[in-house]
Amino acid sequence: MLKVEGLTKTFGTLTAVDNVSFEVPTGQMLGIIGRSGAGKSTLLRMINRLTEPTAGRIDYDGRDVAALKGRALRLWRRECAMIFQQFNLVPRLDVLTNVLMGRLSYQPTARSLLKLFTPEERALAVITLERVEMTSAVLQRADQLSGGQQQRVAIARALVQEPRILLADEPIASLDPRSAARVMDILRSINRDDGITVICNLHTIDTARAYCDRIIGMRTGRVIFDDHPKVLDHERIREIYVADGSDDEIDEYITSTTLPGIPPIDLRSTSGGSNRIPT
Amino acid sequence: MPSQPSVAVARFEEEFARLRRRQRLQLLAFSAIFVIISHAAADVSNFRLDRLIAGLPRIGEYIGKTIPEIRLDTLPGDIAYWYYGFFKWLGLLFDTLLIALMALIFGSLGGFLLCFPASRNLAGNFAIYFVFRRLAEIARTVPEIVYALIFVVAFGIGPFAGFLALTIHTIGAMGKLYAEANENIDERQLEGVRAAGGNWFEVIRFAVLPQVLPNFTTYTLWRLELNIRSAAIVGFVGAGGIGQELYHAISFNYYEDVSAIVLMVVATIMVIDLICEQLRHRLIGKESLQ
Repeated sequence: MLKVEGLTKTFGTLTAVDNVSFEVPTGQMLGIIGRSGAGKSTLLRMINRLTEPTAGRIDYDGRDVAALKGRALRLWRRECAMIFQQFNLVPRLDVLTNVLMGRLSYQPTARSLLKLFTPEERALAVITLERVEMTSAVLQRADQLSGGQQQRVAIARALVQEPRILLADEPIASLDPRSAARVMDILRSINRDDGITVICNLHTIDTARAYCDRIIGMRTGRVIFDDHPKVLDHERIREIYVADGSDDEIDEYITSTTLPGIPPIDLRSTSGGSNRIPT
Repeated sequence: MPSQPSVAVARFEEEFARLRRRQRLQLLAFSAIFVIISHAAADVSNFRLDRLIAGLPRIGEYIGKTIPEIRLDTLPGDIAYWYYGFFKWLGLLFDTLLIALMALIFGSLGGFLLCFPASRNLAGNFAIYFVFRRLAEIARTVPEIVYALIFVVAFGIGPFAGFLALTIHTIGAMGKLYAEANENIDERQLEGVRAAGGNWFEVIRFAVLPQVLPNFTTYTLWRLELNIRSAAIVGFVGAGGIGQELYHAISFNYYEDVSAIVLMVVATIMVIDLICEQLRHRLIGKESLQ
């Protein structure tokens, strides 16, 4: 179980994440939604310590994650894999090497620096690539792949870490709808079939509804919604997304990633102001 | 709600005019400073146009003296007379090339080790960055010839002193150039490796090197041209190679030797330039094709 208590991050005078607390039971698929700048990314990045918390506790099965240093921190990052909006692969390296990055912390640095990996690890990488349907590109350079393909390679890199948690920071925000659906399906399979906890930042409400067991809504660094997707009604969505004093309406289909049967456009939202839903 | 268009435009025009006024004032101020500084510099360096004009013919005079007498009917003999020391000079030129090459190898190796802690985004903490940057600066800002003078005194006349002097300078220069390439990389790739549990060395190996190696290679090839010239110069203070011989010829007024040696040095540098250029273009071309 992952426990976050009073987690806070300030950048100068700006409070990006403000006293956030929640618990994630093992095996849950949790979606975090909110406007751009609501603190979703910062929150996720604090969990694997790519960003240092200003205050608060992160606890995983009794381990104080916020206090980890050096090798212990790197082992935590291995346990708590992450995928990014921009995939963060190394474009000039081939797909296989990119995936094997996930094995770096399993072997001595000297072996890594010589790019030496065991046949077993290569096999694991290929099997994992097969799972995300990327075996055809094993020896291609990462920059020759499309966005959706790169994200699937990034997922393979995360999986060979053999993590217990997978953090996904806007994993589909740079993808076309079809690739996005594919990536989300893979994430769900990782969650359901492997029992890995998935925490996923999303900016599309219907995706969060379709895939997550639970949704956290953030606004200006605070958690203002934390419940089952069913409870997320129109009023709650307005609270999360619409600026104070604005009369703008929310149409959650505008950010839709679903392909078939595009739902009718909500006429109320097609008139009026321009700052509807930040993407 | 957007404000009235005319109001928005007027406000923008006002802001724009203010910006333009400030830019003009800045330009004026910098021009004034430039004029004052160049005046002071001309004064200190004793630059006078009349002296420049008076001295120019004497340059031609010196160059004229170094040109050997070559007649068409006795061409082979004249050339042989001019280049009586050809094989000796060729050997010395080879020494100079070796000094430059060895200094390049050891210098870029040193610069490579130095550049990562000397990069703001990789050093990890400001103190480390500061110390390594200053180290590179010290190695680079002291002229090679000063190092050469010191090493000639310490290790005696000969190529070793030249090699050491050039190596130190190359370490500093390469360290800085490499570090600047490091500071311009895409940080997301570093985060990818870091998030996968990679340590500092692994981040360098897998996220930094793939991004900077093409730059490192072109900088290093470019430096080879520079090192050959420098290797010839440090010879002037006794640090071996063709420079030492050239200095000898100049100070003893062996005019024709001076032109013979200088021509050989120029030809060598041109050949090396061409080779390096070809290599560089091939490397850049390969990279941009992929």
